[in-house]
Amino acid sequence: MQLTEKHKEYWQRNLKLTGVMFALWFVFTFVTGWFSRELNEISFIGPLGFWFAAQGSLAIYVAIIVYYARTMNRLDDEYGVQEVEE
Amino acid sequence: MATSSQSQFYANLKKYYTFYTGGFITFVIIVGILEQLGVPTKVLGYIFLFATILLYAGIGFMSKTAEVAEYYVAGRRVPALFNGMATGADWMSAASFIGMAGTLYHMGFDGLAFVMGWTGGYCLVALFLAPYLRKFGQFTIPDFLGARYGGNIPRFVGIIVAITCSFTYVIAQIYGVGIITSRFTGLEFGIGVFVGLAGILVCSFLGGMKAVTWTQVAQYIILIVAYMIPVVWLSVKHTGIPIPQISAYTSALPKVTAMEKEFNDKATPKGAKEDSVRQIFRDKAAAADAQLKALETGGANYLAEEKAKLTAKVAELKGAAAPNVKAVEAAEKAVKDFPADPAAAKKAWTAAQKAATAKTAAVKAHAQPFPGKDEAAQSKSRKNFLALILCLMVGTAALPHILMRYYTTPSVKEARISVGWSLFFIFLLYFTAPALAILVKYEVYSNVIGSQFASLPGWVANWAAVDKTLMSVTDFNGDGIVQLAELTIGGDLIVLATPEIAGLPYVISGLVAAGGLAAALSTADGLLLTIANALSHDLYYKMIDPNAPTVRRIAVSKGLLLVVAFIAAYVTSLKPGNILFLVGAAFSLAASGFFPALVAGVFWKRANKWGAIIGMSSGLFICGYYMYLTYPFFGVNAPLWWDITPISSGIFGIPAGFIGVIVGSLITAPPSKEVQELVDHVRYPNLVGDIDTSGR
Repeated sequence: MQLTEKHKEYWQRNLKLTGVMFALWFVFTFVTGWFSRELNEISFIGPLGFWFAAQGSLAIYVAIIVYYARTMNRLDDEYGVQEVEE
Repeated sequence: MATSSQSQFYANLKKYYTFYTGGFITFVIIVGILEQLGVPTKVLGYIFLFATILLYAGIGFMSKTAEVAEYYVAGRRVPALFNGMATGADWMSAASFIGMAGTLYHMGFDGLAFVMGWTGGYCLVALFLAPYLRKFGQFTIPDFLGARYGGNIPRFVGIIVAITCSFTYVIAQIYGVGIITSRFTGLEFGIGVFVGLAGILVCSFLGGMKAVTWTQVAQYIILIVAYMIPVVWLSVKHTGIPIPQISAYTSALPKVTAMEKEFNDKATPKGAKEDSVRQIFRDKAAAADAQLKALETGGANYLAEEKAKLTAKVAELKGAAAPNVKAVEAAEKAVKDFPADPAAAKKAWTAAQKAATAKTAAVKAHAQPFPGKDEAAQSKSRKNFLALILCLMVGTAALPHILMRYYTTPSVKEARISVGWSLFFIFLLYFTAPALAILVKYEVYSNVIGSQFASLPGWVANWAAVDKTLMSVTDFNGDGIVQLAELTIGGDLIVLATPEIAGLPYVISGLVAAGGLAAALSTADGLLLTIANALSHDLYYKMIDPNAPTVRRIAVSKGLLLVVAFIAAYVTSLKPGNILFLVGAAFSLAASGFFPALVAGVFWKRANKWGAIIGMSSGLFICGYYMYLTYPFFGVNAPLWWDITPISSGIFGIPAGFIGVIVGSLITAPPSKEVQELVDHVRYPNLVGDIDTSGR
């Protein structure tokens, strides 16, 4: 089995997308977490730091996963590596 | 052909579970009517317990199977949506359902580490593992390690890790089952454990993963309905808004914060009263301190003197003209309870000193992140908050009973979507728990504090009568009014008492108990199945007897399921104690043992057998070693490394695991061409001329 250039490009795009999503995950976990005290000075449905940890980050996690899944499912078709329906 | 039957299957499932949900709501309404007709609450508790267990048994019976793919991976035809619900139930344990809101009530902001840690891990599952494991498509996690790294050693280490973390975690679940059944039916804890065990086994025994999947979907529906109804009601009662996730922050939290300030300010009437109670505890702590000091210098002599004083007091009271019976009894009890030797005295008085000191502290500000008396303490608290989040997240992405669920979807695409559904269904409960904690705190601060001891709110009096560890109020300063420092609330109370606080009938309390039971049973099911499969599939079939016929493989698996279940129930009935310890240990162990080798297996072609072996064992070893050093349970109590608390041991195990994989791989030869092709195989959902690992 030989991987074509197209296959390699698919994997590169997957890695890039994974990296961006991973960075978002990191920011909305550890950066918002680290600055919770400062964020709490801002008020948004309660103090913002608290809101992120209780709701905001969670909602972003769901969004990250859904966006990743939809983009990858589209890429599968675009690069012809989608599964064959049995 | 398969496509149309799969969509037909999906349509049918939606129909069945819609009917089921309607049926369940009707059932709750009927029980509610029974309650109005005057059926005693204990009977209602039994009805809920046995009706739901019977229901799970029915689903388990209908899903009975003797086919390998159905038994291990539910026939790989679970649609994304339903796999999401099943994962949600699999994931949310008794600790999430009953304990989470209580943890948040007590810890305030710092408790949110659990909320974030137990959700954000799904990002790692989605990005690094689920689609690749689905493409690989065999039966267990050790299967992947065995195929990717070649040979039996990586598989065997995988079996060890899977069993260690799943078994630790399943004890915590069965414990939860025992507590719920004993509380709501009055059965003894040990018997409750075995009744619950029957409930666990009826689902998994006959139909393996297939039965567990469809039961878990049913259990998710029960648990989410049971969680939401009381919280929404409480929100309406307090704020008039039916969305607790908003009303708690906009309406209740500012008032809670204002009251916290009032309680801590000695200039206000309430603050002054609080301080008078705290003064009593400060005196108690000082007295215990003095006793400890005297014990240190006086030793056994001091102890004998003190005891003689107490004995003399009894004699004096008895000798009075008209002996006060109560006073004599109290004095006699003091003599009886007096510590026998200096070691016992030291232990008892240290505990008394600690308990009293804890009560002298000012009220914690609920929304304040990382509280601490100075900059150093605050930064320590922040560091531990983030470390715990990391361990819980990576642990989530490494617990085999969760990863296994993504083998059951029909395709890679569905596996990706399914992680999204999983987290969405988990999110529904997890973003409600912090709101519930605030709403209950508001209720306690505004309606319980300041009420007369003679006329306590109904729910306070009820729970104080039922269980002192969950709710106790004592009028320490004798003013007849409840102060915050006079009130002790157990964490589990928050969820259990919410229906009563909201003024709902008992039927809703029964529903909450059924929800808690569903949460504990579903998680226990998934875990037991993981352990039994690791033993029967990986150890027996793959390593001992690869020629075993299908019938025998499934028979061995079922037999082991029974054995493991009874061992787990037996260990639980010994009450090994601290649940949080067990849960934290399971996550850190899974994170350190599995995550590095699994991720490297997909993303780094150069990773090889020795890398995996060294990575998994060093991760497990470092994590376990730090636990051994620091958990009070083991009695070593060595100094902490960089102030990291033992629950976050994984923070050292995870890097050790990654370093082990990298170093171990680089100092040995690269993996064979076949293994590299396997990596390409899992990376692409479909390749021309692809190898087949589906194990069909």
